[in-house]
Amino acid sequence: MTSYLELSKITKTYGNFTALDNVSLSVEKGEFVTFLGPSGSGKTTTLMIIAGFEKASGGAVQVGGRSITELAPHERNIGIVFQNYALFPHKTAVENVYFPLQMRGVGRDQGLRQAEDMLSLVGLKGFGHRHPKELSGGQQQRVALARALVFEPSLLLLDEPLGALDKNLREQMQIEIKRIQRSLGVTTIFVTHDQSEAMSMSDRIVVFEKGRIEQCAAPLDIYHRPQTSFVAAFIGESNLIPATIGSAAGKTAENPTLGAFDYAASDNVLSDGQAVTLLIRPEHIKLSRNPIEGRQNIRMTVETIVNYGDNALVIGRAGDIPMRVRVLGADVVIIREGQECCISWTPESVFVITK
Amino acid sequence: MGMSLSRLTEKTNIWPWLLLAPLGIYMLVFFVVPLADVAIMSVTDPRVSLANYQKVLTGALYQRVFINTFLTAAFVTLCCLAVGYPLAYLMAHSKPRTAMLILLLVTMSFWTSFLVRTYSWMVLLGNNGPLIAFLQMMGIEQLPQLLFTRFSSTLAMVHILAPYMIMNIFSVMKKIDPALIRSAESLGAKGWSLFRHVYLPLTAPGIANGSVLVFVICLGFYVTPVLLGSPREQMIAGLIGHQIDEFLAFGLGSAMAMVLLFVTLIILTIYHRRFGLDKLWG
Repeated sequence: MTSYLELSKITKTYGNFTALDNVSLSVEKGEFVTFLGPSGSGKTTTLMIIAGFEKASGGAVQVGGRSITELAPHERNIGIVFQNYALFPHKTAVENVYFPLQMRGVGRDQGLRQAEDMLSLVGLKGFGHRHPKELSGGQQQRVALARALVFEPSLLLLDEPLGALDKNLREQMQIEIKRIQRSLGVTTIFVTHDQSEAMSMSDRIVVFEKGRIEQCAAPLDIYHRPQTSFVAAFIGESNLIPATIGSAAGKTAENPTLGAFDYAASDNVLSDGQAVTLLIRPEHIKLSRNPIEGRQNIRMTVETIVNYGDNALVIGRAGDIPMRVRVLGADVVIIREGQECCISWTPESVFVITK
Repeated sequence: MGMSLSRLTEKTNIWPWLLLAPLGIYMLVFFVVPLADVAIMSVTDPRVSLANYQKVLTGALYQRVFINTFLTAAFVTLCCLAVGYPLAYLMAHSKPRTAMLILLLVTMSFWTSFLVRTYSWMVLLGNNGPLIAFLQMMGIEQLPQLLFTRFSSTLAMVHILAPYMIMNIFSVMKKIDPALIRSAESLGAKGWSLFRHVYLPLTAPGIANGSVLVFVICLGFYVTPVLLGSPREQMIAGLIGHQIDEFLAFGLGSAMAMVLLFVTLIILTIYHRRFGLDKLWG
């Protein structure tokens, strides 16, 4: 597969501040890629550079083999859905969707028909004559999506488009956006700071931190094989235990208070004595009164139990290391806050992070 | 505190009204009563009849002056828009320092007295003024008459009224979400088409507000056209003053004032129906 969108060594500085540091990325045609990261991590800046609203201090942007680095935003043919939708308040929904066609010289009759068709595709048949303020947040969102797609853009950029919606609507729109994106096959960049959104929608996730790409991989790889402890901590819940490799051949690592850990595999070549971080996801840990045979057991003092009904989060301390354990709701009855218990896992659940 | 305040307003309802009383009395004595007096005079002086109104509405002189007043007001409004829109744009889209400077220049004329400004124009445009002297220096033979013409009165009125236009348009421009402009660009708009299809419609409320305000104020202008304008191109307020000062025709003057007031109210009503009067002052 050849890459469709190609960012090469994008750098962006504001005075002394480096907002983006050597960001390179290849996206394939039709792919749904999510930029995920905390605010100020550079994900929105990267999006704005792709859109042409920000000028990169260095590097190049290519779409379909053609450099667009020097093009003005209106020459790029990129559809964008903004955070607050940015619908034109003086135009009706269908006129909003017609606008990009109008700018491309499509006649009014044909353009409005095309716009109506696009509104039907996003599920807004019959709402075309309404003004944005007469539409709900979710409907405005759909109009913005239709407007960004109607002119068959080479790329679709979504800048935290679901942030303003309530939880139920957000989940509904996640499915909806995914469906529309698949049916049109448009290459899409989605910016969010919401990891569950990123997990559920993306073909690949790009994790940004401090102006760099920390990791770029499929959602499950990001979750199960994070390459840095930042990614491990940012995506999902995690127990991160500092350790040194005891024996790379024997696949063991040591923590001064907790002792030896066995691990099954690592993505990196490890050497004896190397400082690493061990990741164990809370849902891979079992909680019990007594040690369980065949698993690695340590003792933990329970500090807090947060009950969610179907499951519970047990927060405690093993030695000086804070630990989190996710247990099924039914299992939590065996333990009380302040008690000591056993937590256990298998070597397959221990992932070694070198950065 | 909140408790006692709510009790104040709920139980002793008279308090807020008492606070308004000084203003109310002032308005009653110095606005409502004189206005009522004018209205009464218009139908009683010199005798009880509608003759004054008949004269105002059918007399050729009065019709001409009314038409001239409206045309002048419309022209001044257009000039204010032509001057004000680019200035407001500059203010809304330049760096804060530059914007402050323009704002200062625009509002500075507000701090100067009306009469002083009018007399300044007389000095500047007069036959012995710097502008004529400059034209002389350039070797122009046929020196134009600048003062006491439609040109001088229009210029002065635009100078006085442009700030109302600028502030109205500026406040609307300032509130435009930059994302709207960006989104228009991303959808393929640029230059003139971006302005015509997005920017201009978004600033239209400011244009409407500013225009109505300038037009209505201009309708009643007295000092400037009287002192700077040509006597042949009188405006209605000047004619009213003329009737009262020189002919002591209080009834006729009052009738003209009432017609002007009525027309102004009609314009404001139409505007209110369309946009809402409350928006006129932000």
